[in-house]
Amino acid sequence: MAPAFPFAAIVGQDEMKLAMLIAAVEPAIGGVLVFGDRGTGKSTAVRALAALLPPMKAVVGCRYGCDPDDAQPRCEDCARLKTGSRPRSHAVPVPVVDLPLGATEDRVVGALDLERALTQGIKAFEPGLLARANRGFLYVDEVNLLEDHLVDLLIDVAASGENVVEREGLSVRHPARFVLVGSGNPEEGELRPQLLDRFGLAVEVRTPGEIAQRVEVIKRRDAYERDPLAFREQWAADEERLRRRIVGARKRLPAVEVGDAALTRAAELCLALGTDGLRGELTLIRAARALAALDGAAGVGDAQLRRVAGPALRHRLRRDPLDETDASARVERAAVELFGA
Amino acid sequence: MAAANRESRDSRADHAASPVEAAVPGPTPDAGWADALLAAALIAVDPVGLGGVALRARAGPVRDRWLAEWRALLPADTPVRRLPLHIGDDRLLGGLDLAATLRSGRPVAQSGLLTQCDGGALVVAMAERLGAGQAARLAAAMDRGELQAEREGLPLQGPACWALIALDEGDADDEHLPAVLGERMAFALRLDGLPWRAVEPLASTVSAQEVMRARARLGEVAFDGATVEGLCGVALALGVHSSRAAWLAWRAARAAAALRGSRTVDADDAVLAARLVLAPRATQLPVPPEPKPEPEPESESEAAPAPPEPPEPATSEAQPEDPAPPPPADETPADADPDREPPQPAAPLDEMLIEAALAAIPAGLLAALKLGQGARSSQAGRADAWSAAARGGRPVGSRRGDPRSGARLSLVDTLRAAAPWQALRRAQRGAEPTAAGRRIEVQADDFRVARCRQRRSTTTLFVIDASGSSALHRLAEAKGAVNLLLADCYVRRDSVAVLAFRGRRAELLLPPTRSLVRAKRSLAALPGGGGTPLAAGIEAALALAAQVQRAGATPLLVFLTDGRANVALDGSGGRAQADSDALRAARRLRGAGLASLLIDTSPQPAAAAQRLAAAMAARYSALPHAGARALSQAVRSLQAGPARPAAARSGGG
Repeated sequence: MAPAFPFAAIVGQDEMKLAMLIAAVEPAIGGVLVFGDRGTGKSTAVRALAALLPPMKAVVGCRYGCDPDDAQPRCEDCARLKTGSRPRSHAVPVPVVDLPLGATEDRVVGALDLERALTQGIKAFEPGLLARANRGFLYVDEVNLLEDHLVDLLIDVAASGENVVEREGLSVRHPARFVLVGSGNPEEGELRPQLLDRFGLAVEVRTPGEIAQRVEVIKRRDAYERDPLAFREQWAADEERLRRRIVGARKRLPAVEVGDAALTRAAELCLALGTDGLRGELTLIRAARALAALDGAAGVGDAQLRRVAGPALRHRLRRDPLDETDASARVERAAVELFGA
Repeated sequence: MAAANRESRDSRADHAASPVEAAVPGPTPDAGWADALLAAALIAVDPVGLGGVALRARAGPVRDRWLAEWRALLPADTPVRRLPLHIGDDRLLGGLDLAATLRSGRPVAQSGLLTQCDGGALVVAMAERLGAGQAARLAAAMDRGELQAEREGLPLQGPACWALIALDEGDADDEHLPAVLGERMAFALRLDGLPWRAVEPLASTVSAQEVMRARARLGEVAFDGATVEGLCGVALALGVHSSRAAWLAWRAARAAAALRGSRTVDADDAVLAARLVLAPRATQLPVPPEPKPEPEPESESEAAPAPPEPPEPATSEAQPEDPAPPPPADETPADADPDREPPQPAAPLDEMLIEAALAAIPAGLLAALKLGQGARSSQAGRADAWSAAARGGRPVGSRRGDPRSGARLSLVDTLRAAAPWQALRRAQRGAEPTAAGRRIEVQADDFRVARCRQRRSTTTLFVIDASGSSALHRLAEAKGAVNLLLADCYVRRDSVAVLAFRGRRAELLLPPTRSLVRAKRSLAALPGGGGTPLAAGIEAALALAAQVQRAGATPLLVFLTDGRANVALDGSGGRAQADSDALRAARRLRGAGLASLLIDTSPQPAAAAQRLAAAMAARYSALPHAGARALSQAVRSLQAGPARPAAARSGGG
């Protein structure tokens, strides 16, 4: 497969790129939903992100890619490997796993290892996509077309961070913490509110309206398709800068201060919008903190809250079907009232 | 001057409204065929880059001829596979090869169609019936150029680079190729209505050898900023929002240059790309650079970008030669032939491209654009709603059955069923030498298929009396109820449609949909007033209900009317005839056995409405001022009521 399109070379779509960077810095954000026009490079951005992220350390031989620094073994593989000495670790790319439409449930959650069952008569568990996505990203394109029983499954696992398999005589549980990235088009159908809620950030993408941007999109794509390697090379410096920014932000994240003033601001904004529950507020603060870390700011201020308010809250507004106003516009209005234009 | 020129194009498109020529993209049928052949040549040159061709045509000699011409341009060993509509995921994506698996005792994968036609083309017949799921699988493979799937214990991967030839036999306006696919294919051709005499073989223009040489040259065609800028400008002017469209147009221009034997894209290539790729995607007419209306008689109806009047076919007959056309591309049919036409240095590329694109907008689309409707966003077809019952859903155990009938094999249960007999069967077979290598003896009897449970979805059809003075109010209530129903997460599997009747006929305002976004947009502006063609409304509801049933959902009809008809089925006035027509239609509805609810909207419960409800065996409910919430409550109670078939049904065969 050709090397991925460089993340840094994606034209425009700043909100989407920002949301993905925030999720890369702070996985606890819970996922990114990208909704919008066709042909805006949603899938390209996700694949580009995979190539951008710095590698992570993982336990050698663990099928779930567990972190060697975890004090407690989280899966059966690590429990076996970690007895006695410290397990060996190696650097692996952060997994960005596609959940293709039409995937069968057994491949998603994992199932009986058929080969071993048939040839050796051994009942063994073969991990599925959720195991592979552990500590990485799980990408669902056309998320609103996903079959219902898979949606149920995702909702459960995304909330608990653990995949529990009880089928075909197997009883297995393993960690499955991932950032859920979904993309889709609202015209294809609505998302179930429970699934919507699992996405920390929701961004809307639109086709750029300016000719210059559109031309640039085509120009870069043309250059990329002619010679992907050379194109990546050309963007290598920008990619590296972005990568360093992510790594730096991750390091800075725990030290970023969230003062009472910021907390109050966040609460005020959520109150003004009438968002359900605490999740909105929590996500807003987390996202703002990650943004502050990316910006190199010492603490969360109005500037950060203002920028993440839309993505963090627009999909959490209690929907009044009789109100015509677009959710993004409502968030924007409330933010303007609170922070000034 | 641009406006003047547009004028002439418009009128030309208008006067081509005879049934034979209406659907032809170009100014004349022959040009339509010439363009179709050009598209065939271009897709042969750059099959993967251009994605494919959406061919809207009925099955027939013209379509067959096009396919034959296209096929002749490809090397003989190119894999071209047909994709049948009822294809299962196991054949489309691949899956477990049951026989080989059992024979060898280890899982053996078999490839699917998507990888089998790598390097060639995939032909989909009746593409307008492709379901959203199938379309999304095809689209994903087109995006990646490779298959990526996880099925039946096997990761399936493989190259899958092909061109998609989608044969769209859609008839009505709402039958369309799924948009996810249309979006990814450069060309949309309409061959319907091409007369057979126009259909000339291509052999004289392009040969297979030329195509092969062009393929080799394709990578050497240099990037051309001016062309791309021009194409992007056209896309913007025509309201083509996806950046994929401009990209495909650029690829088409590149392929055209390669086909000419050139390494640089020139203005002709750009014109060709604008015409073939961008024009059919137009959603608006460009706003003229200066808003100076032309002094011609019919210009006031057409000068503004989206005037409300329909085009007037009769008066524009004489127009084509009439306005002094600007130089670029107006030698009537000749401008369909870009290869011959010298580029006009006088006109800037942008204008020239827009001219070319405008000339090529199909007549039907042009008329719609003038009405300000834009291209209808197409919904996915309906075919996989059927098959979903057998394959989709939550597995609830297994049963004995043949896995070949589209059901999903439950391998573990099959093995489990076979297990107790192993010793016995080995002993029986022991004498036969062929059985020596077998590890597990599985017989047809052992096969178990998964049983799936799926909630059957309901489509609520609102049939609204939009006549008379209270129309706007009723429509607003219905609209509110639609939005509430869609927003309710419990009915998210259910869809909603809205029909309104007024004046002389019924109109489908909102085709069955689950999308709140779409519903809001379609119902934003609703017309009201006029007579009450109740019978026509009921007939339309019946037709729509039948369509919904074909798609595998259960229709639920909700009428909002006072039951007082005054327009008969044939469009004539008169209460008596109108009433008896309405009652007859109502009895037909009863005969169809459809669950229905009639909401009486008159100030006092009206006898007419009660009679109508009785005739159609509908539940009657008098809600003179039903608000949106009361209305959605009433519908929900009906959904929960006994009229609804069992919510769950088991599929699997």
